[in-house]
Amino acid sequence: MKKNLWTNIGFQVGALVLALLIATLILVAVGAPPFKTYASIISGAFGSTNNIEEVLITWSPLLLTTAGVLITFSAGLWNIGVEGQMTLGAIFTTWILRLLQGSSVPPALIIVLGILAGMIGGALWASLAGALKTFGGVNEIFGGLGLNFVSTALTIYLVFGPWKRPGVGSMSGTQPFDQALWLPTLPKTELSLWALGISVLVIAVVYILLRGTHIGLRLKAVGKNPKAAFLMGVPTWQYSMFAFLLCGAFAGLSGAIQVTSVYHRLLPNISNGYGFLGLLVAMLINYQAIWAAPIAFFFAALNIGSVQLQIIYKLDSSFAGVFQDLLVLLVLIGEGARQRFLRKG
Amino acid sequence: MDTNTTLIGLAGVLASAAPVLFAVMGETLTERAGIINLSMNGTILLSAMGGFAVAYTTGSLALGFLAGMLIGAVVAFIVAFSSITLHQSQVAVGFVLALAGRDLSYFLGVPYMNQPGPSLPGWSIPLLKDIPILGPLFFRQNLMTYLSYLVIILAWLWIFRTRPGLMLRGIGERPAAAYVRGANVKLLRYIYTMIGGALIGLAGPAYTLNVKAGWMGTQTGLDGIGWIALSITIFGGWNPLRAAFGAYLFAFLQWLGLVLQASLPGIPTQVLQVAPFPLMILTLLLVNIGDAEWVQRSLAAMPAGTRRVAIRLLRALRASPPASLGVPFESE
Repeated sequence: MKKNLWTNIGFQVGALVLALLIATLILVAVGAPPFKTYASIISGAFGSTNNIEEVLITWSPLLLTTAGVLITFSAGLWNIGVEGQMTLGAIFTTWILRLLQGSSVPPALIIVLGILAGMIGGALWASLAGALKTFGGVNEIFGGLGLNFVSTALTIYLVFGPWKRPGVGSMSGTQPFDQALWLPTLPKTELSLWALGISVLVIAVVYILLRGTHIGLRLKAVGKNPKAAFLMGVPTWQYSMFAFLLCGAFAGLSGAIQVTSVYHRLLPNISNGYGFLGLLVAMLINYQAIWAAPIAFFFAALNIGSVQLQIIYKLDSSFAGVFQDLLVLLVLIGEGARQRFLRKG
Repeated sequence: MDTNTTLIGLAGVLASAAPVLFAVMGETLTERAGIINLSMNGTILLSAMGGFAVAYTTGSLALGFLAGMLIGAVVAFIVAFSSITLHQSQVAVGFVLALAGRDLSYFLGVPYMNQPGPSLPGWSIPLLKDIPILGPLFFRQNLMTYLSYLVIILAWLWIFRTRPGLMLRGIGERPAAAYVRGANVKLLRYIYTMIGGALIGLAGPAYTLNVKAGWMGTQTGLDGIGWIALSITIFGGWNPLRAAFGAYLFAFLQWLGLVLQASLPGIPTQVLQVAPFPLMILTLLLVNIGDAEWVQRSLAAMPAGTRRVAIRLLRALRASPPASLGVPFESE
């Protein structure tokens, strides 16, 4: 058992080293100085308090989408629609904020209602993918993908149509909200301790739910073997639907936080790839919620650290993505190799 | 709109559907063999960038297209190796590759951004081009469009009219039976995944050297095409002819969106561009719903006459995936 653990860690470290090696080769290939590039990624992520705040601002929505997909993964579902669910969260939050802005409702209450609406919006959108899967036999990957495109179209329609800025609509989004409707942030930054607190709370809830509760156990039973779970008396489709709803609510919460604490308006592409990145994080941590916070933090740091590569070396900031994808791919391949070569040996 | 403008528009639809057709046919072949190649979105972007870069550097269009196909085959090999040999989830690996291809294309493509590159010239087929209506519609295109017609027909003939095609269906449906019949299931799955991957990879340069010439980084506007092609493959029910219909329908609806733009100024272009998606979801629903348990139950409860009509209707719409799609195969 102990030996297994060490080979496990060996393969993971091997994947990390290999990912670094390949990434370095790619950097050499495009003529960038590899070590200086890595150094500037690190300083870009942690070089100043401002950078660290940026990392934390990115961490929070990513942690929420990761928390969401950990639930659906547990139920054996590939919720690729998480991107659209986050978008719908942002749309619903914007809707409530626009509706109540300037009314006699106290601003704090408007923010709370807006965030709740975001969660409901995300859950409703997820329930569509869930219903398509449960009652229509449509695989959640294809239903979810289609719904992602629809959600993007809906956002663009709203930004350029009914919710456009006075004058002419533009890709820069809707008219920003009054400062009273912003989630309180630390002075002089966009970092909201509320957003951070909510995200940490959610991942803790997911950890406990999956690890120590009856519901979590049944959810995993449905994910591992739906037929056996059904025969054991677990209401299978209800649990699948529950997983969709919960994931959608967390994704919607992620979108709500982007609207209330970061952008203060609705933007096209407000989900910014956090949904897909959450799926990557979940795969990298082998669906173990306990690792979600540190790995999501690592990914957030990579993203923020790579932003300035464009300015310094004229490299595209997608380098962060390249490294993340490589890492996950190599971990998956390494896991396959470990099972194949060690267990048989 | 007069007839001539409409004809030119429709000919444009046929041309712009060509890259999607390559990708859809590639994915159809792959999935017929029992493997899901979910990496399509990344493969198309990477081969679009790579194909353009090679053609730009060498000045040879042919090398550009070949490079795209090679990239597609290599990505497909990773999918095949991790799923067939290493038994990892095809969906997981494919999804990561979909993101990796996208990120890598943006990262490596910087030097080629907004560079004037070569693009495929039009070539009308002598004699055929002069047929009224059909000529301007089908035969005043370029080589890639003609190749797309050919690929549809060949894929259909191969799958449904040849012995190796029968074997292909066998390894996707019942690999154990095919194995007993002497098929090397794993090797064939490798081969079809890589041939399919090469076709998917052809879609990239078919954009950047032809339909949307040039590489413009994130502004190229190709992000999402692979996911669309994936939906069309499902819509096509793993049949090349039906899939081709789906691809043309999609291209037609996008064109229609642009045409309608003039008469519906209140709706932004981007919205009409995605108009096919709700339709796609609806068709996926119609295609699959016959298998849902509650539908079967309510069918059983119907009076005999209605039931016969309903069953016939559902069966006409229905398309079931190859039975062993995504299921690993072990010979022992």
